[in-house]
Amino acid sequence: MTGVDRSGGPVMVAMSGGVDSSVAAALLRDAGHEVVGVTLRLWGGESDSGCCAVSDVDDARRVADALGIEHHVFNLGDDFERDVVAPYVADHAAGRTPNPCVECNRHLKFNRLRHRASALGFDQIATGHHARIVERPDGTRRIARAVDSGKDQSYVLHMLDQAQLAGLLLPIGDLTKDEVRRHASAIGLRTADKPDSQDVCFITRAHGREDFLARRISLTPGRVVDGDGIQVGAVDSVELVTIGQRKGMALAGGGAPRYAVAVDLPTATVTVGSADDLLVDETPVDGLVWTGGPVGTVSLTAQTSAHGTAEPVTVDAGPEDGPSDGPDDGPAQWLVRWARSHRRVAPGQSVVFYDGDEVVGGATAS
Amino acid sequence: MGTDSERSVYLDHAASTPARPEVVAAMVPWLTEHPGNPSGSHAAARAARRAIDDARDHVGVLVGCLPGEVVFTSGGTEADNLAVDGVVRATGGLPVCSAAEHPAVLEPVRDSGGTVVPTDAAGRIDLTVLTEVLDAAADDPGTSVALVSAMAANNETGVVTDVAAVAAVVAEHAPDAVVHTDAVQASAWLDLPVVVRGAGLVSITGHKFGGPKGAGALVVRAGVPLAAVLRGGGQERERRSGTQNVPAIVGLGEAARLMVAERDAMGHRVGDLRNRLEDGLVAAIDGVRRTVPDGTPRTPGVAHLCFDGIESEELLFLLERDGIAASAASSCASGAQEPSPVLAAMGVDRVTAAGSLRLSLGWASTDADVDHALAVIPTAVERLRTHARSVQSR
Repeated sequence: MTGVDRSGGPVMVAMSGGVDSSVAAALLRDAGHEVVGVTLRLWGGESDSGCCAVSDVDDARRVADALGIEHHVFNLGDDFERDVVAPYVADHAAGRTPNPCVECNRHLKFNRLRHRASALGFDQIATGHHARIVERPDGTRRIARAVDSGKDQSYVLHMLDQAQLAGLLLPIGDLTKDEVRRHASAIGLRTADKPDSQDVCFITRAHGREDFLARRISLTPGRVVDGDGIQVGAVDSVELVTIGQRKGMALAGGGAPRYAVAVDLPTATVTVGSADDLLVDETPVDGLVWTGGPVGTVSLTAQTSAHGTAEPVTVDAGPEDGPSDGPDDGPAQWLVRWARSHRRVAPGQSVVFYDGDEVVGGATAS
Repeated sequence: MGTDSERSVYLDHAASTPARPEVVAAMVPWLTEHPGNPSGSHAAARAARRAIDDARDHVGVLVGCLPGEVVFTSGGTEADNLAVDGVVRATGGLPVCSAAEHPAVLEPVRDSGGTVVPTDAAGRIDLTVLTEVLDAAADDPGTSVALVSAMAANNETGVVTDVAAVAAVVAEHAPDAVVHTDAVQASAWLDLPVVVRGAGLVSITGHKFGGPKGAGALVVRAGVPLAAVLRGGGQERERRSGTQNVPAIVGLGEAARLMVAERDAMGHRVGDLRNRLEDGLVAAIDGVRRTVPDGTPRTPGVAHLCFDGIESEELLFLLERDGIAASAASSCASGAQEPSPVLAAMGVDRVTAAGSLRLSLGWASTDADVDHALAVIPTAVERLRTHARSVQSR
């Protein structure tokens, strides 16, 4: 199995308390690695979902006990607040739609945890993500889609660079979710039937995103107008509107569906339009990183949500002095040109580039 | 690398001590031979009753109170909760404590709308601010302070508060208020009858001085107004209902008896070990500071240091792999290390506090333990610093 047998040395497994990372730890142990499980405690506030609830830490600990491996809890709450939660709030305040799970992977799991693991003598970390790592003839590595396409998480791993990939094992990328659950059940792990976590860990189901943001920033009621500027609805918080959204804008029923196609924060105005108005031919992006350097002339596809469909694109350097809301010395903008018109991408969402099933880079919609 | 199974050094006595063999021996018959419930009337019940009353005598001697003033609880947390909530409910007044108290005091004080007073740089309640708080309450006809809680020795640093001085301030500025002291950490080391003089309520727990987990006591002096929190069968003179944990209480009593006999000698022996450990680490490692200001009275059991450029979680991980069990700040429900509220109250900045290490010794500590710690800790610190430098220079 390619996901478990890099150098055979010690591995630190990030165990969320879910079935995937439970099985990842089991497979690594069975492959003969010295395995230590760690659970990151990221969010100290109220949580009923996601990865940080105490009950999930208990599950991880008990699975580690059952596997006979050491388990530790690392409190990275300060880092999580600084690198994930505060930017999440700032992005919303600026009218963008952030993806905190991508930022958590970028800053916490594959940076902070990786460095800590290395300091403690573990040159390899592992997670229970559904994705694979493939090695190319030139020795570079890429993230590739999981065997189970319905569970594929390659999108949220797009930011990994060569150094990170070299020290990462993804033991369950070769298994379907059913196989993961069957394996967990066969070896008697208590997490075998545990439901997948779906939600952002610091947003509670009971109170939701709006309640969370309202504690940190002031939310602005907004007008909803049509393409002619005539008011057709209203929103409680313009900061929470996502491009492409249909609901929650107090629109009159009947007629063709209308979608948020633009959000203007300074005037607290949301413009709605038809499905056609939502389509664009290009999407500007920033912060583009190529996994193994620029890819040349291969035919690329791009995916704009975790379980979306990758569509053919070309990628060009953006206009030198084009519009940018980043700092003056920020990374250059790039322009993603869609072969077929594509729904607008909400600013802040990741745009991930694939060569076939392999991730070759990623960026953030501007 | 890998866990060193050759040697296991326990330096977390402030969290919990091993039970002493004499304690275990005293407990066993009450788990095996004697089934009685102390509230019953037959011979087995009377035997159990006698056993816990013997323990009550021993605890009375340890703390310096009458046996009838000892209310057995499940431990320190319950004793602290009962002290704060019991007085607040009985009087309708407000509680006051310092910011460095154990959460078992802080949380009930906050929940009752009480006042949290800052500490000095050593983590002791600031008597000037306490005086102001008490005077302000005295001038406000709508407020009365019912309880002032000041821990005898701090759970993280071992720093000793002059409880009698606190009691003197309270007697002058809030004569109707009760003084409570959490003596959980003090009980293994200090002469409690002297230390808690002036306190109407005293919390202790057995597992900090060689007793079992699950038995503690709140000493309630005669005349202190206290409403029960646990209600039911009226045990412990209606101050704490619930069948007494006879085996654990017997163990607590035996541990108390041993403490009274051996405390001074043990304190000297362990204090010497602690000093050798702390001085040795300070001499062997650059960029380390003693968390507690020099000259501050503290218990003999705790060495507390802050290492520059180190994160406690990483150091504890490496120490565990070398056979050393220690701790940093307090642990939360998930087992993660939390930033220390005690160090924050002392004015230690968050970055410095993130590199803290508490090594706590007790009756089971030996010279060999200190030798091993002195051999392992400097190497672990240097290793983490070297790694941090290599990451920064990349």
